[in-house]
Amino acid sequence: MSRRTALSPSLALLPFLVYLTIFLLVPTVTVVVGAFQEDGSFSTANIEALFSEAALRTLWNSVVLSATTAVIGAVLGALLAYLVVTAPPTSLLRRVVVSVSGVLAQFGGVTLAFAFIAMLGFSGVVTELLRSAVGVDIFGSGWLFGLPGLILVYTYFQIPLMVIVFLPALEGLRPQWREAAVNLGATTWQYWTRVAVPLLRPAFLGASLLLFANAFAAYATAAALVSQGNPIVPLLIRAALTSEVLLGRQNLAFALAFQMIVVVAVVMTAYALLVRRTSRWLR
Amino acid sequence: MKPSYTWRVTRVALLLLFGAFFLVPLLAMLDFSTRDLGGGRSGEAWLDLVRDPDLSAAIITSLLLALLTVGGMLVLLVPTMIWVRLRVPRATRLVEFLCLLPLTIPALVIVVGMRNVYSWVNYLVSDSVLTLTFVYVVLVLPYSYRAIDAALSGIDAVTLSEAARSLGAGWFTVIGRIVVPNIWSGVLSAAFVSVALVLGEFTIASLTNYENLQVVIALLGKSEARTSVAASAAALLFASVLLMALSYVGRGRRARKENLT
Repeated sequence: MSRRTALSPSLALLPFLVYLTIFLLVPTVTVVVGAFQEDGSFSTANIEALFSEAALRTLWNSVVLSATTAVIGAVLGALLAYLVVTAPPTSLLRRVVVSVSGVLAQFGGVTLAFAFIAMLGFSGVVTELLRSAVGVDIFGSGWLFGLPGLILVYTYFQIPLMVIVFLPALEGLRPQWREAAVNLGATTWQYWTRVAVPLLRPAFLGASLLLFANAFAAYATAAALVSQGNPIVPLLIRAALTSEVLLGRQNLAFALAFQMIVVVAVVMTAYALLVRRTSRWLR
Repeated sequence: MKPSYTWRVTRVALLLLFGAFFLVPLLAMLDFSTRDLGGGRSGEAWLDLVRDPDLSAAIITSLLLALLTVGGMLVLLVPTMIWVRLRVPRATRLVEFLCLLPLTIPALVIVVGMRNVYSWVNYLVSDSVLTLTFVYVVLVLPYSYRAIDAALSGIDAVTLSEAARSLGAGWFTVIGRIVVPNIWSGVLSAAFVSVALVLGEFTIASLTNYENLQVVIALLGKSEARTSVAASAAALLFASVLLMALSYVGRGRRARKENLT
């Protein structure tokens, strides 16, 4: 009897747990197990295929793309967040920037690819303007549809994400700390280098890691923009899923997805640790 | 401290630069989608949003998916979260971990691994595009969880439920008529974010060969560039309005709380 009363409240969680097991845990386990299988038996062939020259080059491209856009996004996003945080909390500027950031960071995907095609594509608005006005062909040999284009478009959604993630940390910097520093004779430079930057560093690094993971796993923008070749990991996964055999491996999609889990999990764990450090003084 | 003149000028200049960087692509969409082949302006591409049968079907599909996903998310998440808070607080960490897990397991990974699960879904339920709802509920979980959790933390759910129970209310009454009305703003935020996410979803639909709004937009990009840009702009606009409304819901909550204290 006493055992039943202890158990029955937990039983109500069963539907939730079963649902997540089916639609989240089973797919994840499928990927992990599938990565170590070929033709239904244990094999490391797919994992080894990850270390082939072509796969490594793709991984390198993905890392470069994610790291570049994470750094650019983090620096510019932090700057924009600072410009916003120095405006009064109820100002129109602040509300507009926060709302627009929410939309651009989360909605993204295909839409942004088309925005940039409309702007910088072969018959894009800016392309035609420059072509007729200055005689410069900004379209060139189609850089927009390769890695450089991806960096530009990814930056466009990384900056807003940084604003959303970093704004709370900036808001947590209390004006009293600055006043205390100034009272003790600190210059503006000293306040920033000795007080603000050390306080914000974990939050900044954490946010940069989140941006890295975000870019690494992003698929829609790249899929809509790049039509030739598979320069980055998500597109290689697409190729592995749609054409059965790639690099001679049937289960390569599982191995590539497994690689993505590992990269994102490592980055997100580091992020969680850094956030825990920030939350010690935040609020 | 009064900001220096140089700083104020720099600030405005920087804000203008940011504004230009974010506005130009959006304006380019408007310009591009209203171009006429002859060189003038025309709203043809925008009219295609309702005229093109593929596109309007896809818009309806995506709206239905959004509706079903919100419904599924609410049914699955709201009672569970309230129940955890009231009766099984030791499961808090587990539920939070599971809800935030989709941030670490990207949609791309789920789509690679879900072929087996979906062959069962297609066999047992149906093979309609609307079955994507099942996986979309998982996708929106982290964002919905945060919205509802924030609202739940703002009220004293345990005391409320004890008061209701001592007056003879059953658990369904407690959840449906006592707690949910008190976390309404959080539930609404969760619903808005979910709608925006589903309308923007491309990864899973395109890799499972289903046609939702974003997939059709991407396909149109190859043949009717202007129409696809118009559809992108319309979707972006719709999501902006939704999320803008969301920021007002959140503000209303904060304002009310300040009045109380």
